[in-house]
This record gives sequence, structure tokens and C-alpha cells, in this order.
Amino acid sequence: MSFWEYANPRRFMAFTDRVMGPAFVLAAVALSVGLVWGFFFTPDDFRQGSTVKIIYLHVPSAFMAINIWVMMLVTSLIWLIRRHHVSALAAKAAAPVGVTMTLIALMTGAIWGQPMWGTFWAWDPRLTSFLILFLFYLGYMALWSAIEDPDTAADLTSVLCLVGSVFAFLSRYAVNFWNQGLHQGASLSMDAEENISDVFWFPLLVCLAGFFFLFLALVLLRTRTEIRKRRAHAITLRERAA
Amino acid sequence: MPDLGRYALEVSLAYGVSLLLLVGIVAVSVAQSRRTKRLLDEAEARWKK
Repeated sequence: MSFWEYANPRRFMAFTDRVMGPAFVLAAVALSVGLVWGFFFTPDDFRQGSTVKIIYLHVPSAFMAINIWVMMLVTSLIWLIRRHHVSALAAKAAAPVGVTMTLIALMTGAIWGQPMWGTFWAWDPRLTSFLILFLFYLGYMALWSAIEDPDTAADLTSVLCLVGSVFAFLSRYAVNFWNQGLHQGASLSMDAEENISDVFWFPLLVCLAGFFFLFLALVLLRTRTEIRKRRAHAITLRERAA
Repeated sequence: MPDLGRYALEVSLAYGVSLLLLVGIVAVSVAQSRRTKRLLDEAEARWKK
């Protein structure tokens, strides 16, 4: 069976009906285990003290904020190239989850920054590109709401998504491009020597899995909602025409 | 409850705000899903008549 068959709303609804429940369960289990492990059973850092516990929220939410935009970019490109409605609706469904993740990353970063850097905010390259990404999320959602015709809205928001991808990319790599600003290097790296100590790393991995499964469950639920809205709108139009 | 030392307020605030936002997005998504499903069921029932 081809992946593209899930572009059929009926097949998508049938498939996600089976997948969504387990995704919610996995999210609940991983988040509970990861956050309880991180909060209650990890030591304080010798420099950061107990504020190190904030990484279990900050790093996964920042990771998801960037990657949700990447997912929106892929589904927007699928819409622009292949005109599958489900992909455009999936991008629309992902945006409120993305904005929530971005907000969590910004707020937890600010709360951590005050005692560690002595300020809630600095116009640092990574922080600034993250703030712009947050504004792009808001603009993307506002554009969907502002245009009545769903296909036109999908076209224009897809173009906005392409432009916003620059800031999603910068949010991830700004610390590598500019050797200035307060934000430290990436906490997540494929290079084991650059990673944080195992005692923090393992609960962080569980939290990352939890945030991923929560996003997966929410995006499936919200895409199903968008498909139903579209169907209800089509029926209303037919009723008016009849 | 672990001893959070002098950063207890910051750590508690970070967890409180984040969990509130996570619960909020789940609650809003579930509520919208239920409302839309009900509206679609009603529209389909009307259309079948």
C-alpha cells in the first residue's frame, strides 16, 4: 500500500483512529516517567543548582518547536506540489501545537535565564530567531483564519511556511553561525562527547519521546477535526445550493 | 518533594507554566474535536433526510 493512499481523507480517518489512542498513551507514559525522573530523581548541577531540572521541559519543547515547523514545511510542500488536502490540513493542525511548544521554550528559557544569566531576555541570535519563529507561528494561524476560501488559505499559508523555515533553521543553528550572545551550544548532539552527563541525558531522552508522542497524538486529533470541519462545510454549501 | 534550594520559585514556575500550557492545548484540542464531530453528525443527519 502506498503512503499516498493516506491522502484520501477516508483512509486517513480509518488509519488514525487506530493510531491516535496508542500515541496518547505513549505520550502520557513517557512524559510522566521522564518528568518525574527528571524532577525527583536527578541531582542538582554543580553550577546551575536545581535549575538544571528545567531542561526536561525547555530542550524537548524547543526541539519540537523547530521540528514541528519542519513538518509543516514538508506538508505545505506536498500541498503545493500534489494538492492533497489532508497535507494542508495537517500543517494547519500542527501550528497551534507548535506555538504552544515555542511558548514553553521561550518561557522556560526566560525563567532559567534570570538566575543564570541575570536577565530574562537578551537579543541573542538564538533567542531572537526563536521569538521570530513564534511570531511566524502566530502569523501563520492568523492567515488561515483571515481567508475564507480554504484552498487559497492553504496556498498562502504554505508560502508563509516556506519563508518562516529560514527562522526555524536559524533557531537551530544560530549558535553555530554567530559566536556571540548568551545562549550556550546545542544540548542535543550526535557527538557523544558534546552531550550532557548520562544522569541528565537519559530522563531527557524519555521527555523528548514524550513530547514527540504528544505532538503526534495532537496533530492526528487536530487533523481529524479539520477534515470533519471541511466535510461539514461542504454539506452546508450543498444545502444552500439545493 | 526534592529540595530545590534557592531556585525553588524558578523551577516550580517553569514546571507550573509548562504543564498548564500542555494541559491547555490537549483540553482545547479534545473539546474542538468533540464539538466538530457533533456538528458533522448533525449536518450529515440533515443531509440524509
